[in-house]
Amino acid sequence: MGFIHTWLPYILAGIAVGGQYALIAIGYTMVYGILRLINFAHGDVFMWSGLIMVYLITILPLWASVILVILFAIVLGTTIEKVAYRPLRSAPRMSIMISAIGVSYLLQNFALYITGGLTKTYPTIAWLQKTVQIGSATTKMVTVITPILTIVLVFLLVMLIKHTKIGMAMRAVSRDFETSSLMGIDINRVITVTFVIGCGLAAIGSVLYFSNYTGIQPMSGAMPGLKAFVAAVFGGIGSVPGAVVGAFIIGVCENIIKGTGWTTFSDAFTFVLLIVILMVKPTGLFGEKNIDKV
Amino acid sequence: MEKTLNSKTKTALSAICIAAFLLIVFALDNTISAGSSWKMLITVIEKGSIFALVAASMNLLNGFTGLFSLGQAGFMLIGAYTYAIFTIPAASHDKVYQYFDGGLIQWSIVEILEDKLGVFGHYLGMFIPMIGAGLIVALIAFLIGIPVLRLKSDYLAIATLGFAEILRAFFQWNTLGPITNGSNVLRKYTTYGNAVFPVIIAGISIAIILLLINSTYGRAFRAIRDDEIAAEAMGVNLFKHKEMSFVISSFFAGVSGALLAMFQTTINATPFNTVMTYEILLIVVIGGIGSITGSIIGAFLFTAASEWWLRGLDAGRWLGISSSLMRPGFRKVVFAVLIMMIVLFYAQGIMGSKEFSWDRFFAWIKSRPEALKTLPARRKAKSAAKKEARASKAAAKAKAKAAKDEGEAKKASGEKLFTPLPVSDEIMIFGKEGK
Repeated sequence: MGFIHTWLPYILAGIAVGGQYALIAIGYTMVYGILRLINFAHGDVFMWSGLIMVYLITILPLWASVILVILFAIVLGTTIEKVAYRPLRSAPRMSIMISAIGVSYLLQNFALYITGGLTKTYPTIAWLQKTVQIGSATTKMVTVITPILTIVLVFLLVMLIKHTKIGMAMRAVSRDFETSSLMGIDINRVITVTFVIGCGLAAIGSVLYFSNYTGIQPMSGAMPGLKAFVAAVFGGIGSVPGAVVGAFIIGVCENIIKGTGWTTFSDAFTFVLLIVILMVKPTGLFGEKNIDKV
Repeated sequence: MEKTLNSKTKTALSAICIAAFLLIVFALDNTISAGSSWKMLITVIEKGSIFALVAASMNLLNGFTGLFSLGQAGFMLIGAYTYAIFTIPAASHDKVYQYFDGGLIQWSIVEILEDKLGVFGHYLGMFIPMIGAGLIVALIAFLIGIPVLRLKSDYLAIATLGFAEILRAFFQWNTLGPITNGSNVLRKYTTYGNAVFPVIIAGISIAIILLLINSTYGRAFRAIRDDEIAAEAMGVNLFKHKEMSFVISSFFAGVSGALLAMFQTTINATPFNTVMTYEILLIVVIGGIGSITGSIIGAFLFTAASEWWLRGLDAGRWLGISSSLMRPGFRKVVFAVLIMMIVLFYAQGIMGSKEFSWDRFFAWIKSRPEALKTLPARRKAKSAAKKEARASKAAAKAKAKAAKDEGEAKKASGEKLFTPLPVSDEIMIFGKEGK
């Protein structure tokens, strides 16, 4: 029992962080599944939704600002897709990736301009900060809410992908881009829906994630973004449940490492994991095998 | 065919230009006083040449070998630290490493060699740790390359980015404090006296990269970039050449890191983050992926724009326009928008994949009067072509609309839109010959 007593807080925190990573990772995994693009700007959309929350909460009630933040992230994400990725659809993969990096650079610099380089205080949402007793550990409400909310949202998303027409179109496009466009699927609509879902979930993730931190600054999105991408790769890129499982594993491992006193290397661990995964099982936990033909 | 210059003349021309440039830089650095606004020019030359070197090294990897690597900032970090650690004068150790009892290394290569060899020793003492920085980075890159280079395009990008982040965490680790000073800055190490120094070092390094690209190895690199499988079939050892390109590129990234340390006079691991890598990548893109000349031009333009020309945007007044929008940070926003424009509308960059050559330069100069004369005509032709394109587009649109309307009308009146193809019971793919 002593073991659980010491480690329970870390594991709980890990599950919560993992849920937040999962919400970001879905955006990465879906976009990669369909466009074969690492959307480097996704972490910055996440950061921007946090930033917008800081400004909105000063004039609006909580529920309204949360809804507006989600809407904002969706508009931002689809605009990025329309302006920066769509014109390059037939260009080589390297140029679209460079475009994504350019967008990320732009979003970070714009955030730097808006905030003046200062760390903004994230609003405390009283309900999420309530203390809760689980077994021997005391945590905040957000720790309990995050995994539940994540699992519910992921369940809804999987239902959407499996049982609706647009979900079927998504699966088809991710399997074969060109053939599905020949079959009369409106590719642009599918991609827009993908970005809407990804960015909306990232916005929800940002509300939960930044509740754990006091401040937010232009670079806040980069690290969680990279980690969420690693989670997506870990679970098998293109697979939604895979990304979620990967994110939970990364979240828990990271917090256990923090618990053992190696905080400096908790970030490094994620990348070591990425490299090990790519070496041992490049398709990830749930990924499908992909053979390159000449 | 245009008469080309012989190679001797070209070499002479290049040598004269380089010598003149170095002389100008040397003279400028000595004449411009510290308070002058032209001091920025010197900063741009120094920083520009450092970034030209790292951009060229990244181009070797991304543009010539087709390996999309994003680890350049991490390698610069190691280079910068290696140089700084070995050149802090013995007397300053207690001050720099104030939280770590004066640090582990209590000597400076520069001082040891200066005692023995005088002024020559001073420069040798700067040169050795710089090359050493490159070699250490190359060694680390060699080790990282073994697992990482087996990955494909975007996975390689993320893995190298990840390694750069790990290195950053590692250098800020408190346990390594006696060597790296933890998360505190390193300072007081030996730096160069004149802006000519980074220009010369960067110039020599870029020349070596160019020689490499034009060698057999360079051709093998390009073969890998164009088609990995075909290159392998032609007998190019993929892993060996990828590793070689990675190690050499990292070596020069390390050297440029050492130069950057000298330029900044203090270093800290924090700024060597992903943003720095992105900036280097964007320099390569602006110049043209696959052109070293482009990377050099891109680096100077990038630093000139961000350090000098657009500075006014932060101060509230630029080109005589003043606006309350212009507060600190606005420069970077405008800059990022400009870069996005280049990425979206001018994807091949300034030079595309062409290199500078005297032949092309003179041909271009010669063609100018002719081009100037025909400019109005060409402009007219261009606008006419544009008009025509617009007209044909409108016509096509109208036609499509008419056809659609017709179809809708027919559909409404119950007429059949398609006549189905006759279906036969037997399907003959290839009829037998003679039948």
